Amino acid sequence: MTDAATLAPHGAEDTTELLRFATAGSVDDGKSTLIGRLLFDTKTLFEDQWESVTAVSAGRGDEYTDLALLTDGLRSEREQGITIDVAYRYFATPERKFIIADTPGHIQYTRNMVTGASTADLALILVDARKGLVEQSRRHAFLCSLLRVPHMVLCVNKMDLVDYDEAVFKQIEQEFSAFATKLDVPDLTVIPVSALKGDNVVTRSENLSWFEGPSLLHHLEKVHIASDRNLVDARFPVQHVIRPHSNDNHDYRGYAGQVASGVMKPGDEVMVLPSGFTTRIAAIETADGEVEEAFPPMSVTVRLEDELDVSRGDMLCRPGNQPRVSQDVDALVCWMDESKPLRLRGKYAVKHTTADVRAIVKDVQYQLDVNTLHRDESASELRLNEIGRVTLRTTKPLLCDDYRRNRATGGFIIIDESDNRTVGAGIIV
Amino acid sequence: MSDYRVSHLAALEAEAIFIIREVVATCQRPVLLFSGGKDSIVMLHLAQKAFAPAPVPFPVMHVDTGQNFDEVIEFRDRRVASTGVQLVIASVQDAIDRGLVTEPPDGTRNRIQTPVLLEAAEKYQFDALFGGARRDEEKARAKERVFSFRDDFGQWDPKNQRPELWNIYNGRVHPGEQIRVFPLSNWTELDVWRYIGEQEIELPPVYFAGPREVVERDGMLYAVNRFITPRDGEEVFTETIRYRTVGDANLTAGVRSEAATIEQIIAEVAATRITERGATRGDDKTSEAAMEDRKREGYF
Repeated sequence: MTDAATLAPHGAEDTTELLRFATAGSVDDGKSTLIGRLLFDTKTLFEDQWESVTAVSAGRGDEYTDLALLTDGLRSEREQGITIDVAYRYFATPERKFIIADTPGHIQYTRNMVTGASTADLALILVDARKGLVEQSRRHAFLCSLLRVPHMVLCVNKMDLVDYDEAVFKQIEQEFSAFATKLDVPDLTVIPVSALKGDNVVTRSENLSWFEGPSLLHHLEKVHIASDRNLVDARFPVQHVIRPHSNDNHDYRGYAGQVASGVMKPGDEVMVLPSGFTTRIAAIETADGEVEEAFPPMSVTVRLEDELDVSRGDMLCRPGNQPRVSQDVDALVCWMDESKPLRLRGKYAVKHTTADVRAIVKDVQYQLDVNTLHRDESASELRLNEIGRVTLRTTKPLLCDDYRRNRATGGFIIIDESDNRTVGAGIIV
Repeated sequence: MSDYRVSHLAALEAEAIFIIREVVATCQRPVLLFSGGKDSIVMLHLAQKAFAPAPVPFPVMHVDTGQNFDEVIEFRDRRVASTGVQLVIASVQDAIDRGLVTEPPDGTRNRIQTPVLLEAAEKYQFDALFGGARRDEEKARAKERVFSFRDDFGQWDPKNQRPELWNIYNGRVHPGEQIRVFPLSNWTELDVWRYIGEQEIELPPVYFAGPREVVERDGMLYAVNRFITPRDGEEVFTETIRYRTVGDANLTAGVRSEAATIEQIIAEVAATRITERGATRGDDKTSEAAMEDRKREGYF
């Protein structure tokens, strides 16, 4: 494999940013090879991991080392040669630290794809240059846009097998761009690569000299993510109330949580929901001392000027910028349970930010075909991996925003109350 | 700070603190597994930060094989005393004496820790157990959730894990079941060392390089101590080594190193080409799926 002496050996400075990206595609598209290439060329892959993979691959009689063995960590995955579940991988360059959520591509694993995309800053979708866009590529793009992944990269892989032909690339790029405009993808980049040969993955390649864009790694290092966060709408879901019960801190009462969105400062006027009382922020603290401002993803403790009744599940916001407070919630739901479908009139537990409520399904408006985007309005239930629009009535109001505007206050999970399993994910529309 | 960015270490810390607080707010009886190893030391540090100025609101537990490095036990007791947390010790030796578990012929107690852990969890009714495991350590771990559900037998079912979306964690269990929680899931070995350096966290001396009497066994360097005695034909020699992980003293090998300070260790870890478990843990070499199999039985 290529030498990348310019890269630090899986190290980085302490001031580097974190970028989370999800990869989608199947083994056939060369996804595992691409990830293996990124890990190998950034010197993240360790020798004993490499030896273990080459030994297993050789033992099976593979013609070349199967890099999928690096990421397929479960016995059943190795036996069946498929990726079943999301695997997390880590690498770093001097520019950034990366977390890869490596998700399986097949339609029966839509729920895993949705899971991986839920926290991603960027989605990396792979297509085989010989095959062009297939149903699966469109589905992945749709799911990533549904989950509001802010950046999307289409990697046209196996360029070596089409003689690095620019026309092939252009054709796929145009087709995908046309499709993406229908999906509301905020930022799309299309990059030709050969994961197997290493062309344009870490370094630009002579074979693709006609391509004027960056290498994949360069793009991952440089894509601007700081402004993806919502820094406008101050939302602070109260997670836990800190009351020390000690003589030193007798009257101390702090509201612990992670800033969901917006910026908060000491002195800011805030409203506590659902009660509606207003007060000011007396101080924002961490164990290292007070801070001048708090913003995502900081975990802090907020003290208020007035003693109010505030508990877990409540939310601090600005009086002039409040979330919706509603017991009637319209959402797109991805169903994740194989044993029981989501049913009309079904009752479930819902966890939304730090709030736990119960909910009943009042209406199943339609089921969405994730390949054709066709809406089936005759549907009355959602089965495993199906996505549909439903109306819920909750026992207590949700303090929520449209998912489009705020990923942190627009998403929720659905839990089966009988066995406590997570059976669905919802995004509020 | 004016551009509203945080470093990746600050982001990882914020995520871990959120996870720890979430457990305390939603579970009945959490406990932190604390061995005196660096990951559990970082966990205790984060727990203190999560609830300051209040004390850590849960006890710590050590599943004690009785085969520990003396310096680590000394450190454990000192750290627990300075924190003021309650320490629960689940003794493997005691479990052997009572007949709960049988010591394997080779004397390794790693695997028989599991029934001891499960018994203690049941006795104290712990429903959430914090561990310091990271996804970069091993590929079965790379697939495990941050909130990992275990059934009445403590078993992990990798094919039936709860989906985990955004930062919304599902810690609901029925009595007898547990959640294992891994707040350091997204940290790498290097992140842990950088954080230890940044936060000036104290560690047991075994982590720092020093001259030790060792034998070479299966290509690894084991310090001679109460648990490691030279076998026939094995030569004892002095080598400057440190430990990258700290497990049982009879199973954990050291690595040749001159790194005697945190800064030197960070530089060395940044340049190393072998995973910490691969370099130092005889117990993980057994098979391709050794970790997955142990986790299915209830191991951390």
